[in-house]
Amino acid sequence: MDLSDAEVDRLFHALADATRRDIVRRTVQGELSVSRLAEAYPMSFAAVQKHVAVLERVGLVTKVRRGRELLVRSERDTVDRARRALDELAAVWEGRVQRMTDLLDEDSGD
Amino acid sequence: MDLTIDKDLENATLTVTATFAHPVEKVWDLYADPRKLERWWGPPSHPATVVEHDLRPGGVVRYFMTSPEGEQYHGRWDVDAVDEGKHFEARDGFADADGNLVDGMPVTTMVYTFESTDSGARMTSVARYASTEDLAKVLEMGMEEGMTLAMGQMEDVLADA
Repeated sequence: MDLSDAEVDRLFHALADATRRDIVRRTVQGELSVSRLAEAYPMSFAAVQKHVAVLERVGLVTKVRRGRELLVRSERDTVDRARRALDELAAVWEGRVQRMTDLLDEDSGD
Repeated sequence: MDLTIDKDLENATLTVTATFAHPVEKVWDLYADPRKLERWWGPPSHPATVVEHDLRPGGVVRYFMTSPEGEQYHGRWDVDAVDEGKHFEARDGFADADGNLVDGMPVTTMVYTFESTDSGARMTSVARYASTEDLAKVLEMGMEEGMTLAMGQMEDVLADA
């Protein structure tokens, strides 16, 4: 990952706060809802949401909606899931090309 | 058959290049003929049924895949460009049972190219997602299909042994 000086500054600013560092630490273990996170700190739900937004802007976490819950997920996890998605899509296409070949062979009547 | 798959994580893009020992028109027909399309688009465990098929610019292709439990997974292509027999571009997205796109779900921009070669035809498919996040979401949506597919392939390997 190549970062510009400005991006490095934003990243350090985002991590300069103890609560935000703690949010990153917790979400690396697995995704957590904003409400669950808010229970962990002596501050309002809105204040926790602001911290999450700062982390989101620098790409350390992403927010995903599942049903009624808003989950915070570590970006490391997102990249890992994206990599696995590509692996799965590649497997899907291996199957498709095999079936296309079988179908072409079949239809050419040999 | 020769197959190359390039996985580009940074650009959330999957490029598939496949060659076939068959005329390019026949390979194009695999997409242009809905009855053919449904015989290869879905894995054997999740066969595809094409319910609407208009492979023209502005046209829509709607399909669903049926799981072994009978659940239906709907999808639709919104066709953006077609050069008959040579090229087409469409956006593939998750749809509801009425065929409407589901909000917030990842959409794949697909660009297909079909060319004649000395020994037959070459097809190139470039599938691009809007972001790494969208690509990661596909894992959740496609998990079941992917898992079942992997299991199916495993069975094939075992049967060959």
